[in-house]
Amino acid sequence: MFLQQLINGIALGSVYSLIALGYTMVYGIITLINFAHGEIFMVGAFVGLLLISVAKVNIFFAIIGAMVFCMVLGVVVELVAYRALRKSSRLSALISAIGVSIFLSSLALMVFGADAKGFPDNAFPVTQLHIGNADVSTLQLVIIAVSALLMMGLEFIVQKTKIGKAMRATSEDYNTSALMGINVNRVISFTFALGSALAAAGGVLVGVLFNAVSFNMGLMAGLKAFAAAVLGGIGSIPGAMLGGLLLGVSEVFGVAIGYSSYRDAIAFSILVLVLLLKPTGLLGQKITKKV
Amino acid sequence: MLKVDNIYVNYGAIKALQNVSFEINTGEIVALIGANGAGKTTILNTISNIVPSVSGKITYEGKDITKTAPHDIVKVGISQVPEGRRVFAKMSVLENLEMGAYTRSDKAEIAADIEKIFQRFPRLNERKKQPAKTLSGGEQQMLAMGRALMSRPKLLLLDEPSMGLAPMLVEQIFQIIQEINKSGTTILLVEQNANMALSIAHRAYVLETGEVVMQGDAKELARSPEVRKAYLGE
Ligand SMILES: Nc1ncnc2c1ncn2[C@@H]1O[C@H](COP(=O)(O)OP(=O)(O)OP(=O)(O)O)[C@@H](O)[C@H]1O
Ligand SMILES: [Mg+2]
Repeated sequence: MFLQQLINGIALGSVYSLIALGYTMVYGIITLINFAHGEIFMVGAFVGLLLISVAKVNIFFAIIGAMVFCMVLGVVVELVAYRALRKSSRLSALISAIGVSIFLSSLALMVFGADAKGFPDNAFPVTQLHIGNADVSTLQLVIIAVSALLMMGLEFIVQKTKIGKAMRATSEDYNTSALMGINVNRVISFTFALGSALAAAGGVLVGVLFNAVSFNMGLMAGLKAFAAAVLGGIGSIPGAMLGGLLLGVSEVFGVAIGYSSYRDAIAFSILVLVLLLKPTGLLGQKITKKV
Repeated sequence: MLKVDNIYVNYGAIKALQNVSFEINTGEIVALIGANGAGKTTILNTISNIVPSVSGKITYEGKDITKTAPHDIVKVGISQVPEGRRVFAKMSVLENLEMGAYTRSDKAEIAADIEKIFQRFPRLNERKKQPAKTLSGGEQQMLAMGRALMSRPKLLLLDEPSMGLAPMLVEQIFQIIQEINKSGTTILLVEQNANMALSIAHRAYVLETGEVVMQGDAKELARSPEVRKAYLGE
């Protein structure tokens, strides 16, 4: 029972982590809460759905396709909706982000309708495995493995590659990064591309996990992932990974011990608690205001 | 090498620079001195184009670079050591130096240049894996200078390299600035420590509330009564 719930929680939580990473990276670099991020996740889920049900590709190619599509979408959103507001107040940028969020979900409503869409039967064969006394579906294992792989990939990019180092530099000090010859606009685009790709992968995985894709799925998932990012310490990449896992696991355990009607409230209760006790989040650093 | 012509810069309603013109010749150390808030940092940031000018023109080796993007300014050969050093605190010493070489792709040469920086600043070598925030103020200044040299600049802009350092260290930093200059890098040196700056500079400009009020040979300026009174504390 415990092991069972733990695995369920990790599967759900790793998807929250994937989405939370986008919030935290974008915040780290331009101190903007990208409210449209949940909708990028939703679009990723639809692209995955179309690829699996119409183009009949397998789940891995669907994930890659959704990631590529949302990378472009994320870059375009930043270019169109945020770039011109880079030097304005954060409130204007936030309002613009909410606008993009409403635009994308309305667009999805128009194109796909209000009903949740499911995946075709047998789109991927799911086998139940018995590990100890836990029933684990291969789907959960795929979710955990794909998420872990993507996060390791991200860690590699951020720590080891030139553009990843430029991301870290830019998030520390925008002007000084420009003095290094770093094209900060390009770094910001790259950050949106990375974050959006992870959200898209999360979208496909969640769609498959719950066998439902709908125009408004980005709202709750986005809010929870945002909570996870804040829980871990907004701006911190390991924080987002940890925050997502913690939220997923506590949500699943909360439901298991009988608080299923409070399912969605659990994430936010934890968030409020952590913020009261440690305002910078679990792994966050004191936010020094950038001048 | 660099020619600044009638530059005006505003921060909102604040007029930071007015009608500023000056020139730097290849091989020189030019000092820019002036009181707090005179506009020295603004001049460097306008050259690096982090702060845009309202009007005026900046020419570098015959090319108009007034509108050149900040990251391209580094590519043409101008690099800046900003005021307050501004090392990337969470990144290692080595990574900071790598960021200085961001515009380059010649890996082997970059590695060789990092070795040269470590020879010039052995303390950085001992600390190369440490996050930059763990360095002392003097070490951070060395790192900031090393980082700026990594782009192999022809013109190096230095903003108050002596700020907050012990006199011994100030001597050492000025020594290094002279060495960098002798090895072929032209230098624009902003300093509040006018005494030290004038002692190593060839020429100097004096800035007062956003305007150039005096200019000339550094040794002569150091002897002039106005400068001695206003900036050398006499
Ligand atoms: N970002 C900014 N916003 C508004 N005003 C600014 C800004 N930066 C500088 N100023 C103003 O512009 C003027 C020139 O500032 P600057 O930093 O260039 O002076 P400085 O000569 O470098 O001074 P210091 O020796 O103290 O470093 C000052 O009056 C300052 O208050
Ligand atoms: Mg200054």
